[in-house]
Amino acid sequence: MDHTLFQYLLRMGDTTLVLSQRLCEWTGHGPVLEEEMAVANTALDLLGQARMWLTLAGEVEGRGRDEDALAYLRDAPEYRNYLLVERANGNYGDTIARQFVFDVWHYLLLERLQSSTDERVAAIAAKAIKEVAYHARRSSDVLVRLGDGTELSHRRMQAAIDDVWRHTGELFFDDEVTQALAGCGVAPLHESLRAAWQEHVCAILAEATLVMPPAEEADHPAHRGGVHGRHTEALGYLLAEMQHLQRAYPGATW
Amino acid sequence: MSRSTWPLWEVFVRSQHGLAHKHVGSLHAPDAEMAINNARDVYTRRNEGVSIWVVKAADIVASSPSDKEPLFDPASSKVYRHPTFFPMPDEIKHM
Repeated sequence: MDHTLFQYLLRMGDTTLVLSQRLCEWTGHGPVLEEEMAVANTALDLLGQARMWLTLAGEVEGRGRDEDALAYLRDAPEYRNYLLVERANGNYGDTIARQFVFDVWHYLLLERLQSSTDERVAAIAAKAIKEVAYHARRSSDVLVRLGDGTELSHRRMQAAIDDVWRHTGELFFDDEVTQALAGCGVAPLHESLRAAWQEHVCAILAEATLVMPPAEEADHPAHRGGVHGRHTEALGYLLAEMQHLQRAYPGATW
Repeated sequence: MSRSTWPLWEVFVRSQHGLAHKHVGSLHAPDAEMAINNARDVYTRRNEGVSIWVVKAADIVASSPSDKEPLFDPASSKVYRHPTFFPMPDEIKHM
C-alpha cells in the first residue's frame, strides 16, 4: 500500500515540478510583461505544490529521502510525471494549449483528492485547488483570446491544440496504482474524470472558435508511459539543467 | 493584439486592513477582464490585497500641475479649518 501511494505521490510531485520548470523557461522571454508574470506565478504555485507532494512522498517511502533528494537526485527513468508536461514550450500558443488541457484536468483531479481518505493527500489538494482554479481561469481566458483573435493567432492556436491533443489521453489512463488507490478511496479512477474534462474543454474550445480533435486521437499507447518512467528525450535536457548544480557540487547548500 | 494598441490601466488595490483602494501602479491590457487578471498577477503576488479596481488611464481626469498655486496654496494658511481646536472627551475614540 505504501509503495503504491509513494508511486502516486511521485506522479503528482513530478508532474507539478516538471511543468513548473518548463514554465520557468519563459522568464525573460514572455510575449508581454504581464503574461510573463502570470506564467512565473503559475510556475511558483506548481513548485510549491511539488514540494508538498514530494515531501509527503519521501515520508511515505520511509527511506529518509526529502523533497530535494527526490527532485535533484533521480534520473529521468525514475521520474513519474505525465509526458504532457515535459513537452517543450513551443510558441506561446503551444504553452497555453498545454497549460489549458492540464489545468482543467488538474482542477478536476484535485477536486476529488480533496475528499481523499488519506487526510494528508486531502490537505494538500485543498490548498492547491485554490491556486489551480486561477490557473484554469487564466489559461482558458488566454486560449479564448488567441483562438478567437486574429486569423494568424486562430491558426496557431488550432495547430497547438491539435498537437497537444495526443498527450491528453495519458492523464485518464488507469493502471494498478490508481486502481488500488481508488479501491480504498485515496484517489479517484482517472478515467472517471474524463467526461467532465471533455465537456469543459469542448465548451471553452467552442468559445475560442476552435475545433476539438476527435476523442480517440487522445489515446494512442505510444504517447503513454511517463508515469512508468518511459519518457521522451525532452525530459533528459530539462533535468540536466534543473539538476546541474546539485550534480556538479553534491550537497551544495547556501 | 499588438502591444502598441493595448491601453494603459491604473490599478487600485484595497489591502487586508485598509478601508480604501490605493493606487499601486499601472499596466497594459486589451480589456477590463484581462486588466483585472494582470493586476492580480503583477500587484497582488505578495498577499497585498483583498480587492482590485482597474480604471483606464485615459478616463482619469487630473488637475494640471500648472494650477498648483491657485488650487492648493490658499489652503495652506487656514489652520482654523483643521478640527484641532475642539477638546475631545476621552470616551470618543478613532476621531
